[in-house]
Amino acid sequence: MLDVLSIASRNLLRYRRRTLLTLLLIVIGMIAVLLFIAVAGSFKSMMVSQFTDSVLGHLQVHRKGYVASIDNLPLNLNMKPGMVAKVEEALKQNAAVETWSPRVKFGGMFSNFAETTSIRVNGIDSAREAATTPLLASRMIEGEQGALVGKGQIVIPVLLARGMKTKIGDTVVLVATNRDGSVNGKTFVVRGILEGISGPGGRDGYIHIDDARDLLRMQEAEVSEIAIRLKDFSRLGQVETQLKQVLGGLTNKEGKPVLDVHTWADLSPFSSLAKMIDLMTLFIKIVLVSIVLVSVMNVMIMAVFERIREIGTIAAIGTPPSRILSLFLAEGLMLGIVGTVAGTVLSLAAIFGINLWRPTFAFGQQQNLVMAPTIATGDVLTIAVLVVVVAIIASLQPAWKASRMDPISALRHV
Amino acid sequence: MALISAELLVKTYRVGDIDVPAIKGVDFSIEPSSFVAFVGPSGSGKSTLLNMIGCLDHPTFGTLKVLDTDIATLDRRAAARFRGEHIGFVFQDFNLIPVLTVFENVEYPLRMVQKWPAEKRRTQVLRMLEAVGMSDQADKRPDQISGGQKQRVAIARALVSQPKLVLADEPTANLDHDTAHRVLELMKKMRDDFKTTFVFSTHDPKIMGEAEIIFTLEDGRLDSDIQQEELGHA
Repeated sequence: MLDVLSIASRNLLRYRRRTLLTLLLIVIGMIAVLLFIAVAGSFKSMMVSQFTDSVLGHLQVHRKGYVASIDNLPLNLNMKPGMVAKVEEALKQNAAVETWSPRVKFGGMFSNFAETTSIRVNGIDSAREAATTPLLASRMIEGEQGALVGKGQIVIPVLLARGMKTKIGDTVVLVATNRDGSVNGKTFVVRGILEGISGPGGRDGYIHIDDARDLLRMQEAEVSEIAIRLKDFSRLGQVETQLKQVLGGLTNKEGKPVLDVHTWADLSPFSSLAKMIDLMTLFIKIVLVSIVLVSVMNVMIMAVFERIREIGTIAAIGTPPSRILSLFLAEGLMLGIVGTVAGTVLSLAAIFGINLWRPTFAFGQQQNLVMAPTIATGDVLTIAVLVVVVAIIASLQPAWKASRMDPISALRHV
Repeated sequence: MALISAELLVKTYRVGDIDVPAIKGVDFSIEPSSFVAFVGPSGSGKSTLLNMIGCLDHPTFGTLKVLDTDIATLDRRAAARFRGEHIGFVFQDFNLIPVLTVFENVEYPLRMVQKWPAEKRRTQVLRMLEAVGMSDQADKRPDQISGGQKQRVAIARALVSQPKLVLADEPTANLDHDTAHRVLELMKKMRDDFKTTFVFSTHDPKIMGEAEIIFTLEDGRLDSDIQQEELGHA
């Protein structure tokens, strides 16, 4: 094998300029792909974490049918305490779950005694919510640091605060209709103002979960949803499957499951943006494959064409066809390996450079987000293996042609 | 026992719908350690005959045995193996591999065809380079040596694996007369030293005299066959 590689490397160096141009194409392709994966990947993970760590959590458990009518925040589809206990038991048993936060959600009217508007209210346990959505506290642009919200307090979105000319410390009234259809009101003191993450339209306010139950006159400690945070986000799919299996066992009298498990992607329209990034990554990988395929195949076809007499000579003196095949495959392999190594080193250097430069960008209402591209070893290895395999595949046809060449015709070739 | 024997050997090429006969039923035999020339004008069938003896081509009809092996029975791989083990080749245009040095060109059959161990390989290559007087040029590349030197290297490459037979198709065609003469002298010396049979083709009358046995080909037939046919008709 070393003999074959040694001769292959010399043949590549025979046409230095052509070899260098081919390598350059492979290197540029690799840099483009790895940089794109790193930058788009970090943007995607930042974007995803903005949603998961500020609002949604990684997973959510609801009563079956709740998500389908989530715009109405239906109180009749809340989970009963027995159900909640079973969910919490399942979450405790799952080692991948870091923490979870029960929420009571409802739609209500928000009044500053002069004006009234609608609001979507989240009743939360401050400590558990802060553990499940750790970025939520950082979105508080006005108000004291500390617990997110205490009893008798409300945190309101910035656009609602501005529209209603409401300040920290103001007393406001929340009015809500409970499950029986009766209306109840309760006063709250504005404790904080929250920055939106996705631009205008954010109407989520936060009160203490006990206040929510009190306002809705709940007889039992019902829960609308349970937001879950995992220890390792990459295990999302695996945990989703596990929870679906465990919670799927909870059935109603008709034997049908009563609970649903949803990932953040099921609940946020921004998941389609993440899918778009994945699609673009796939597209750019296809472009890379095309570049490597065409450039290596071109250089190998030329190599075979220019060395027909040489092929005839080595075939005539007894070189087995398989060895002739391996000689040309080795050239493609070396092009792939050298291009991959150079491309990987330059890509990692570029990623390191961007991390030193620390460029900033805006996402939604979030300003000065630092671009910090990272790339997983697995991604680098996948691309490297892809390039080398494609380089070998591109060499296959010319190498096969060379190995099947008739020595007499090859020796006569001018 | 003859090293090479041919009986009623026929080779016909198909060009489009037409069969073009290149060898028209020749019989001959060549003994070991001979120094044989196939002579004749261009298109007489010399190269075709050498190609068949060298297992590069199959006869259309008749029998051709080389080292007691019927070459018609060899498939592509077996033919390559047979050539690698028993036959050396010297080409008109030398056909050295340009990216390899003189040493590596001679080493090639041992390295890429027969896979000799490195030390044994080195000893044998140095011995062959010494034999053809090219030891001092071992590190040069083919484009750094003369035509005569290239052919010496080609002879060393043909002999390095100690074949029973060396085939040389017009080995002196691209050399001046003096160099051609020296190359043939070298081939003879190699025959004497290594007991290898040399079979070469030429259309140069000045060169054919160097051969010890001459087969004259004309229009795909050997002179002796033609004479026998003429005697038969008479």
